[in-house]
Amino acid sequence: MTQATVTAPSAAASARGTRSTSRATRHTRSLGGRGVHQRRSILLTIVMSVMVVYALFPLFWLFVSSTKTQSELLSSFGLWFSGDFSLFDNIAQTLSYGNGEFVRWFGNTLLYVVVGAGGATLLAALGGYGLAKFNFPGKKGVFAVVLGAVAIPGTALAVPTFLMFSQLGLTNTPWSIILPSLISPFGLYLIWTYALDAVPTEVLEAARMDGAGEMRTFFTISLRLLTPGIVTVLLFTVVATWNNYFLPLIMLSEPTWYPLTVGLNQWNAQSQTVGGDAIYNLVVTGSLLTIVPIIVAFLFLQKYWQSGLSAGSVKA
Amino acid sequence: MKIRSNKGLRRGAAALTGALALGLALSACSSAGGGAETGNADDIAKALDTETTLTVWAWAPAVEQIAKDFEKEHPKVTVNVVNAGTGNDQYVKLQNAIKAGSGAPDVAQIEYYALPQFALSDSLVDLKDFGFDSFADEYTDSTWNSVSLDGGVYALPQDSGPMALFYNKAVFDQYGIAVPTTWDEYVAAAKQLHAADPTKYITNDTGDAGFTTSMIWQAGGQPYKTENSTDVSIDLQDEGSKKFADTWNQLVEGDLVSPISSWSDEWYKGLADGSIATLTIGAWMPGNLESGVADAAGDWRVAPMPTWEPGVAASAENGGGGDAIMKQSKNKLAAAGFLQYMNEGEGTQTSIDAGGFPSTVADLNSDEFLNYESDYFGGQKINQVLVQSSKDVVKGWQYLPFQVYSNSIFNDTVGKAYSSKSDLNAGLEAWQKATADYGNEQGFTVKAGS
Repeated sequence: MTQATVTAPSAAASARGTRSTSRATRHTRSLGGRGVHQRRSILLTIVMSVMVVYALFPLFWLFVSSTKTQSELLSSFGLWFSGDFSLFDNIAQTLSYGNGEFVRWFGNTLLYVVVGAGGATLLAALGGYGLAKFNFPGKKGVFAVVLGAVAIPGTALAVPTFLMFSQLGLTNTPWSIILPSLISPFGLYLIWTYALDAVPTEVLEAARMDGAGEMRTFFTISLRLLTPGIVTVLLFTVVATWNNYFLPLIMLSEPTWYPLTVGLNQWNAQSQTVGGDAIYNLVVTGSLLTIVPIIVAFLFLQKYWQSGLSAGSVKA
Repeated sequence: MKIRSNKGLRRGAAALTGALALGLALSACSSAGGGAETGNADDIAKALDTETTLTVWAWAPAVEQIAKDFEKEHPKVTVNVVNAGTGNDQYVKLQNAIKAGSGAPDVAQIEYYALPQFALSDSLVDLKDFGFDSFADEYTDSTWNSVSLDGGVYALPQDSGPMALFYNKAVFDQYGIAVPTTWDEYVAAAKQLHAADPTKYITNDTGDAGFTTSMIWQAGGQPYKTENSTDVSIDLQDEGSKKFADTWNQLVEGDLVSPISSWSDEWYKGLADGSIATLTIGAWMPGNLESGVADAAGDWRVAPMPTWEPGVAASAENGGGGDAIMKQSKNKLAAAGFLQYMNEGEGTQTSIDAGGFPSTVADLNSDEFLNYESDYFGGQKINQVLVQSSKDVVKGWQYLPFQVYSNSIFNDTVGKAYSSKSDLNAGLEAWQKATADYGNEQGFTVKAGS
C-alpha cells in the first residue's frame, strides 16, 4: 500500500519527464532548416500580438467604459477615458440599484456554479474513472451514449427540459438550473481518456492487493493522479455554468433567481421600454464585475489548464 | 463505508420519489380549474373582496406602482408583479408555460403585434365574458381594433404609439433644411444633410421589423390577413408595401441611413450628438429621449409623420400594447378587476406619469394633456401633434398570428438587403416566403403572394 502510493507520483513524474523530453526533441527538430526558425518566430510574434490585441481589446473597452457616467458614456469617444473617473461610483450604484438585485444575482450565479459545476465535475470524475478502469457488460453502449450526448448542444435541450421540469414543478426554482448543469458528457469523456493514462492499472492492482477498498483507492490514489484532468473539467464546467444564458432564460421567470447573465440582459433591455431607465453605465460596470471571478479562476488554475490540454495531445 | 454510501443512495432515491410525487400532485392541481370563468361587475367586486394572490408579468415600470395602489384599495388582493423579460423574452416564456399547461401568470403584458399569436391560439380569456366590450368607445379606434380579434376582445389597451417625426431642430437649422412633410421631401432632406456633413444621417436603420410593418401600415398596405383563425394570407408586395420599399430603397441603396441599430448605446450617442437627425417612431418616444438623451435637451422637436400624398394626413401605430388574462389563471375575476383598474381606471394616469402614451380617449383629449409644454422639446406642446396622429391612423391593419416569429427572422431576410444595400423588395419577398413556410409548418393554411 505504502509502496504503491510512493511509486505512483514517481511514475507520474517520470511520465511527465518523458513527455517534456519528447516535446524538446520535436522542438529541436523544427529548428533544423536554415533560418526558418527566425522568420517563423517573427511571423508568429505578429500573429500572437494580433491575437492578444483581439482578445484584450473588448476588455479594455469594457474597463474604459465602466469609468464613465451614463451621459459621458454616450457623449465621449469610446476608447479613451473622459470626464470624472466614476468607476467606484458606478460600482456602488451597480451594487445598490433595484434593491441590490445585482448582489442577489451574483449570489445565485455562485450557487449555480458551486453546486452545478462542482457537482458536474465530481460526477464526471467518478463516472470517467469508472469507465476507464472497470470492465462491465454494456460499456460500449455507454460509450456511444456519452459520445452522442457530447454532440447535442445544451440549448437544443432547454425547451424539452423545461416541459419536463414543468411537470415536476421544478421550473422557476434553483433546481431547474442546477440539475441540468450537473450533467457534463464532455467532462466525463475527458476524465475517461485522461484516466486511461494517468492512473496505471498496476497501481490499482497493488492497492487492491494490499486490501484497500475501491472507494479508498479512488479517494486516496486515483483522485490525486487525476487532479490535472479534474481541474480542467472544473474550469470547463465553471465557465459553462457562469456563462449559461439560455437555460435560465427559459427556466426562470422570477428575477430573484436570475443569474448575472439574464439579469444584466434585463437591465440592458430597460432602455427599450416606455418609461424605462437607460442604465448602460451600470450594465457595463456590472459586466466588468461579472468577468472578474472568471479571470481570477483562470489565472489561478492556468497551469492545470495547460497540462490538461496537453494531456490530450500527447495521447494523440 | 460501503453501507453508509448505500444509505445515502437510498435517501437520495427517496427524495427523488418525493419530488416526483409532489410534481404529480402539482400537475393534478393545475388541471382542476378553479374560480368562475365569467361574471359581471358585481362578481368582480366580490372576487376583489376575497383573499387572492395575482401574478402579473409586465416589464413596464409603471405596473409596479399601479399594483401598489391597487393593493391599497383592495387590501385582500396581493399583486405580484414579475418582470419576466422584455418583449420577446417574455413571449418565449409565456409560450412555454402555455405548452406546459402550467406556470403562466394571471395577467400578462402583451404588445399589439404579438397579441394575435396568443389570442388566436386560445390562450387568452375573451374579455367579453366580463362585459369589457362596453369599453370600446373609451379607447382610440386603432388600439381597440388591435385588441379586437376574431370577434372577441383579448386585452385592454395600455399604451399606444401613433407615429410622428422626431427631429433634431438644431441640426436642421444649422444646415438650413426644411422639415419634410412628405416622404419625397424626406429623401431630399436626407441627401441634403448627408452632402452638407457626411458624418450626419437623416436617420438610422439596419432593418427593424416593427418599423417596416408600421411604415407599410401608413402607406396603406395590408399585407397580412387572417380569417377563421387559421387561414392566413401574406402579400408583402401589395401596393403599400411596394410604395414603402421603393422610397426606402433610395435611402438604403444611396447610403443615406446610418448603419446603427436602434436601442444600442451608439444609437443613444447618435441621437445626442446630432449624427442621427430624425426618428419616425411611436409617441412614447419623448420619455426615452428625456432619460436616454438628456444632454440634447432643447434640440428636439416633433412634427407630423411625413405622408405619401401631400396634404393627406396619415399615420400608423408603432409599438405599444395591452394586458391580457391568461386562460390558465385560476383567479380570472380578480384578474379582470385588476386589469380594469390598471387600463381603464386610475392606473391609466400612473402609466401616463411614467412616460406612457395613453390609448384612452378621455386622457388624450384632456386640456391638461394637450396643453402640456415639454421643456425637453423647447416648450413645444408636443401632445397636440401626437394626439392628432392617433386620430390619423390608417384603418384596417392586422398582424399575423405568428408575427413574433416572423419578426424574429426579419434580419435573416430583409436585413440582408439592408447590409448589402440592395433592393428591399427582394428582401420582403424572402421574408414573406420564410414566414409562409413557418406558418404552414405550424398548421396554418398560408397563401403567400397576391
